[in-house]
Amino acid sequence: MTVEKPRIGVYICDCGLNILGVVDVPAVVRYAATFDNVVAAKEYKYMCSDPGQDLIKKDIKELKLNRVVVASCTPTLHERTFRTTVSTAGLNPFLFHMVNIREAVSWVTVDKKRATEKAKILVKAGVMRVTLQEPLEPKTEPVAPGILVIGGGIAGIHASLALANAGTKVHLVEREPSIGGNMARFDKTFPTLDCSSCILTPKMTTLKVHPNINLYSYSEVVGVEGYVGNFDVTIERKPRYVNEELCIGCLKCIEACVFKDARFPNDFDLGLAKRKPIYIPFPQAVPTKVLIDPDDCLFLKLGKCKQTCVDACEKDAIDFEQKPERVNLKVGSIIVATGFKTFDPTRKPQYGYGVLPNVFTALEAERLLSPTGPTEGIPLLKDGTMPKTIGIIHCIGSRDENTNVYCSKVCCMYSLKLAHLVKERTGAEVYNFYIDMRTTGKGYEEFYKKLLEEGVRFVRGRVAELTTAPLSPGEKGKLIVRVEDTLAGYVRRIPVDMAILSVGLEPQNDAQELRRMLNLSCGKEGFLMELHPKLAPVSTATDGIYIAGACQGPKDIPDTVAQAGAAASEALALVHRGMVEIEPYVAVTNEDLCSGCQICVGLCPYFAIEYDAEKKVSRVKDVMCKGCGVCVAACPSGAIDQKHFRDAFVLAEVAGVI
Amino acid sequence: MAQAVSPPIQTTESKSEGSSFEPKIVAFFCNWCTYAASDLAGISRMKYAPNVKIVRVMCSGRIDPSFVIEAFRSGADGVMIGGCNPGDCHYKEGNYKTMRRYMLLSRMLQDFGIEKERFRLEWICASCARELQETVDKMTADIKRLGPLDWKGV
Repeated sequence: MTVEKPRIGVYICDCGLNILGVVDVPAVVRYAATFDNVVAAKEYKYMCSDPGQDLIKKDIKELKLNRVVVASCTPTLHERTFRTTVSTAGLNPFLFHMVNIREAVSWVTVDKKRATEKAKILVKAGVMRVTLQEPLEPKTEPVAPGILVIGGGIAGIHASLALANAGTKVHLVEREPSIGGNMARFDKTFPTLDCSSCILTPKMTTLKVHPNINLYSYSEVVGVEGYVGNFDVTIERKPRYVNEELCIGCLKCIEACVFKDARFPNDFDLGLAKRKPIYIPFPQAVPTKVLIDPDDCLFLKLGKCKQTCVDACEKDAIDFEQKPERVNLKVGSIIVATGFKTFDPTRKPQYGYGVLPNVFTALEAERLLSPTGPTEGIPLLKDGTMPKTIGIIHCIGSRDENTNVYCSKVCCMYSLKLAHLVKERTGAEVYNFYIDMRTTGKGYEEFYKKLLEEGVRFVRGRVAELTTAPLSPGEKGKLIVRVEDTLAGYVRRIPVDMAILSVGLEPQNDAQELRRMLNLSCGKEGFLMELHPKLAPVSTATDGIYIAGACQGPKDIPDTVAQAGAAASEALALVHRGMVEIEPYVAVTNEDLCSGCQICVGLCPYFAIEYDAEKKVSRVKDVMCKGCGVCVAACPSGAIDQKHFRDAFVLAEVAGVI
Repeated sequence: MAQAVSPPIQTTESKSEGSSFEPKIVAFFCNWCTYAASDLAGISRMKYAPNVKIVRVMCSGRIDPSFVIEAFRSGADGVMIGGCNPGDCHYKEGNYKTMRRYMLLSRMLQDFGIEKERFRLEWICASCARELQETVDKMTADIKRLGPLDWKGV
């Protein structure tokens, strides 16, 4: 290797006032200019802008720079930008180093003098590091053509259709027996009052017959290995005890079941309606295939039954011998669209959910309002009578220091929608108890105005409790809402017949397991974390995995659909490119130093190190190495090093920062 | 291979005793969790002690014990390692290996007379900017109380 004298260019970014406002950039530039081998040290307002990048390119050519340092924002944001800059000017992109003086200095330091000192030190460390860096070639690998979509709610459905329409093979995995998610439970959607089924079910049926979509309903993703472009996915198909290929959805088996009455709670109706052991979750289910619940079915539970369902099935589709099946797939990209669960209101016992009669969650109210729901669209009380007054209580499990501090975003609007619908169907007096009305969306404020004109009552104040203990004869037999009316300025007791709790949105119960399987990050509240809140809202820190819908945070249907489209386009871009560049930060073995102890072999989580028994040395398999560097740190002979993170590079940086 | 440069060091940070003592702390952060947390702290404009200088590595499992020893030997008053929470490692289990090395190294450093507070391992997740800020500030305060290390190595 020819030793070329380093000629380093150092570029310090003002980032408008983001850096310049705190760090004395000219002083840092003067300091950087004093280092050995630094040929150019320059300041610019926005290094990432075209003129900023041109400045670097020009200097590389004119001053024959062979190393470049840019001190600006975090490398997560612009390392790739500047690598491209230097490589278009003919310099190997790995002879570049980025120093973070914005997120790590100017934005987190109060004292300007100390911020400037810190910036100087970091720039010095960067110069020391870049001096040692070596040219590398990025690894390129082919991208597998298929895309996995996890979750068949509206986000997963929309993303799958977008991808499939673009000609990409999609594997959609939904753990429930039918796709549709929560949207399938709703009667109407705000603010247009579109019939939810009417807009959703056509998409569901299109998806089912789409030649590019493989639908795995009643299935779960149980394993994901690999990396961007090459994910190995394991899907477990739960037994329906009905052959999906043969079942034509005639539902004769359900009629024929030895249980004459439906007596088991139907999950789709949140237990408000009953079903038989052999059932279909809801009439519009896709796929329209029945399934048997093994916990309820007499034959599966006790081994004894007349099996009238088997006799009724003309297609011989019922198969009590079915076992879980595993399917292995290779995909290039993954879209996670696993949605949300609603807040469990038993965590707020003051609202009496599950204890007091006629207290429903908003999702239950959606089912009560659905024509296919337990009360056929008329929200009735438990005794079958029509409610005369209904209270809708906002912010249950949202904006609450004791449960979730965040706003669930959709509750104000769905509460307004429910208020409109229950008033329309029952003629009842409807109260909304709210903290603030948050109606920020197209047509949302107008919808709120409309409700005000419809005579729905609004009481501003967080409800203290729901009680059945009357203080006056008028309160007898009623649910009494105790609330401080913060506009009127006194505590009120408002008797109602039915209370609807506007529960917030939370991550799914098993969101953490899924997150770990996919190697994603999540925020405090458990929602999946995007790569950048503004500029990469559907990407994740794991390349090739995208997120859409409420698994990323509470959002309404329009936002979910928009995000699903965005995720689809990102995944499509990756798959259509066909090739992916992988950072070449791999470990390399120096066989002359290797003692053959094989400590590294056992440590590698990717089985990327093999032992050559003949030569008695261990060797890193380049293509399987993910570049964590665990083996490098463990090698007792110092025989392994990591490209771009060589011991010498890290130590140079350490020496620089001290 | 070019030699490392040794530019003139002109920092105002002094090693004098008392309240003016500003400890030098080297923080090895993994790219996926703790470095991301430091980015988030920046984006959220959380202020923390500028004593901590971050060195980014891909995984906390990359941190060779010799990096830590070298940092102390060259004048660091404290060293912090930041990695993903157990079970959250981007490389499956690198952080478990870090933990094992930390246990051993921490005992060794204590035998050398380096107080426990000067060498910390922290699991800080990508969204844990608040924890990052608190940990950094606490470590800085702890070491200020302990005073300069001035360890000459073994």
